[in-house]
Amino acid sequence: MSGGQQGGQVIVIGGGLGGLWATLAIAAAGHRVTLFSLFEVMRSHSACAQGGINAVLDTKGQHDSVRQHIVDTIKGGSYLANQPPIQSMCEDAPGLIRTFERMGVTFSRTPEGLLDLRLFGGVKNKRTCFAGASTGQQLLYGVDQQVRRLETEGQVAKQEWWEFLSIVRDADGVCRGIVALDLRSLEVRAFRADAVVLATGGLGQIYAPKTTCSTNSTGAAASRVYQQGARFANAEFFQFHPTAMLGEDKTRLMTEAARGEGGRVWVPKDPADRREPTRIPEAERFYFLEEWYPSYGNTVPRDIASRAIWKVTRELGLGIGGGDRVYLDLTHLERGFVSTRLGAILSIYRKFAGQDPLTTPMEIFPAAHYAMGGLWVDYEKDPATGGMRRGSPRNHATSIPGLYACGECDYAYHGANRLGANSLLSASYSGRVAGEAVASYLSGLERGAEAAPAAVFDAEQGRQAEINQRLMRSDGDQNPFRLHRELGELMTTKVGVIRDNAGLDEAIAELQALEQRFERLDLAESSAWANQSLAHARQVLDMVRLAQVMAVSARARDECRGAHFKPAFDIKMPEDSFPGEPAFEAYRERWKANNAEWLKTTVADHGPDGPRIHFEPVDLGLLAPEQPRDYR
Amino acid sequence: MQAQTPSDSPACETVELQIRRQHGPTSRPYWQTFACPVRPGANVVSLLMDLREHCVTQDGTRVDPVAFEHNCMEEVCGACAMLINGSPRPACSALIAELEAPIRLEPLPKFPVVRDLMVDRAALFAHLKQVKAWIKLDGPWDVHERAPRVSPKEWQANYLYSRCMSCGCCMAACPQFGPQFGPEATFVGPAPLAQVRLMNAHPTGRYDKAERLHAIMADGGLSDCGNAQNCVRVCPKAIPLTTAIGELGRETTLQAFKDLFGPH
Repeated sequence: MSGGQQGGQVIVIGGGLGGLWATLAIAAAGHRVTLFSLFEVMRSHSACAQGGINAVLDTKGQHDSVRQHIVDTIKGGSYLANQPPIQSMCEDAPGLIRTFERMGVTFSRTPEGLLDLRLFGGVKNKRTCFAGASTGQQLLYGVDQQVRRLETEGQVAKQEWWEFLSIVRDADGVCRGIVALDLRSLEVRAFRADAVVLATGGLGQIYAPKTTCSTNSTGAAASRVYQQGARFANAEFFQFHPTAMLGEDKTRLMTEAARGEGGRVWVPKDPADRREPTRIPEAERFYFLEEWYPSYGNTVPRDIASRAIWKVTRELGLGIGGGDRVYLDLTHLERGFVSTRLGAILSIYRKFAGQDPLTTPMEIFPAAHYAMGGLWVDYEKDPATGGMRRGSPRNHATSIPGLYACGECDYAYHGANRLGANSLLSASYSGRVAGEAVASYLSGLERGAEAAPAAVFDAEQGRQAEINQRLMRSDGDQNPFRLHRELGELMTTKVGVIRDNAGLDEAIAELQALEQRFERLDLAESSAWANQSLAHARQVLDMVRLAQVMAVSARARDECRGAHFKPAFDIKMPEDSFPGEPAFEAYRERWKANNAEWLKTTVADHGPDGPRIHFEPVDLGLLAPEQPRDYR
Repeated sequence: MQAQTPSDSPACETVELQIRRQHGPTSRPYWQTFACPVRPGANVVSLLMDLREHCVTQDGTRVDPVAFEHNCMEEVCGACAMLINGSPRPACSALIAELEAPIRLEPLPKFPVVRDLMVDRAALFAHLKQVKAWIKLDGPWDVHERAPRVSPKEWQANYLYSRCMSCGCCMAACPQFGPQFGPEATFVGPAPLAQVRLMNAHPTGRYDKAERLHAIMADGGLSDCGNAQNCVRVCPKAIPLTTAIGELGRETTLQAFKDLFGPH
């Protein structure tokens, strides 16, 4: 392309909600998109989101407001997210829902045929649109169908079974394309593009198998561009979902909607109580969330709920049978209601645990779920509205010109803790915004990728092919799948729900040792066709490098904020004391003093000796941090 | 810090896996047998994952890890469908405790094999295009107006079909679908037909109903269905595929009359 309004060539990497929305927005602006995916588009991890998507529709007589959605999101994230992007996202949410509805998404309905809303965590109003308990799947299919139509019209081309390896930068450092690996033929090839959008999702596999994430949510793509110079922000903020099934291969998600619809979390008061849960009388049950947080009860935010479960099981020794498990109980609810609203998770629990949640309480425990942190992305503030300026080419731009990021692989909206049902929203919204930003970027671009010299593409392609050849020749004794398992165990133990600096120092050292073991790799296969070990080995190495960013970022932050919890630095909210009372006001002052020191974005740059950390101020223009989070 | 491999764990039961392997699309298939340690709650995907770390056959030969697809591990992405003891089904929800041993694993039939248990389901996605399985939008922007209302009863019927994850099990089980009938005439298959039913029920998707019906009235369309009902029996999501096909039968008949006698 040559500076025209249309006809650019853009590469989007990732076929989940973010990538597909970006594709739609870029195509709508008249540009062609090549969509890269590790597998058939429509199988991305977005499909696993269950409970719903937040948007203020105010159809439940609760006087809900966009302002309240903004405030809940800011406070849910412990004030750490920049506020202009949050404002714009919440303002645009109802319009996104209307668009999904037009696409044919089967949202659950009220008796009047309108979209129904349910309650989610960290909020007081019903604000969550849903499609049974398979909302992510339904939203994903809605945009997938639209992209398929564009494919028949020639505006979108899919490169399925291709793995992104690296970006190609020209002499000015501008991103001019990518190098990717054909997962079947193992061909390494460079592709030119006027702009590149990374929509490669989360990184929960770094905690495998104790994660709700799909096996392809490795974070490898984000790690690769980080190693090429893109900044990574707030890496220490990783969400542990309080209610995941127990499992040795995966800890499957049981949606927060289960509690939103009335599910209760409890343990027997006597951990030695071996009776069937339904035979334990009410008086002998400990509903700890309801007791500790009477105002929000079972629908406290996820960081609070996960830590409460941690306290009950690990500190108080009250887990079921003394172990790492508590009950999530739906048995008191009306069965028809539960089946209609939560059918998809009932089916998962029945199939994988062999028990029916309608008659037996589920056994659950926190598990690695969602990265609030991610690639640093820019935005342009509109001083007139306080939100993001629409169509600015700066929105969702990474620190590398021409490279954009959206969805879970960016860091933008959730601060220190994400509210439930805000991820489908941020994935969709950020995808569309990134797409619009790319369109603006292209209209200001003087020379497109065709002007970039072939040498830069050849060099990067050669570098990547050489890495593969070296791996294929490996003759050590380190199995990549085993290295992955050790990584998961290390991160779960030492960079998990509760952190301390001694453990983090150990983690950093052990991660370096783990990285060195890749020098002695044993790929266990040398096939030149559909060699899955090769692709996996590369992913695991990049996961180890990203894990280092997480551990180093966590080490650098000596405080408790949202999902990042270091007990040694906890400023405890006084029990039984509330705003206006002396003890609480003294706490508020300590909390503010801590904010003055720590309310800032962590930014990591890749360096030869590991991640280099610096901090950036947060835009707090909309809601100053005056109110500590208090869900009691 | 050393993580335990499954084979390190004491007193682990094992199960025999017989896997039909194939190096590439045109290579000759062959069988290999593995004795796999079984952990509590193990499923076919978790066994195959464990096998990657130590891929040794029952007779002690070290072989290439088995190629297979997996992603969500909770039966919602559709990636891991294969033939397990002769039945097409997602491998992640196939619990070892509920399967008869030895367990036979084969690639999903009717689709070209890529390698081992990986197949290429491009035909399924081509057929979704053929039947225009989408709602025509003016654009992905907000038009400041919501879509028309849908009654809870209609929602319930539509939601059954919108959970189709294109795993391909119904196509694999269908005697009418497959390459044996030639690339041109091949039957569109149950899953894409059910999507026609779903799209035609949408308040604005209805505008293109005739176009979708015409797409399935052509060669390889609805009339190729032999009513074997295999599809509905194997669908892991219990989607009423044959109900959809029955409804479409009536719709296409009506459409044929409209085409003959009236404007459409």
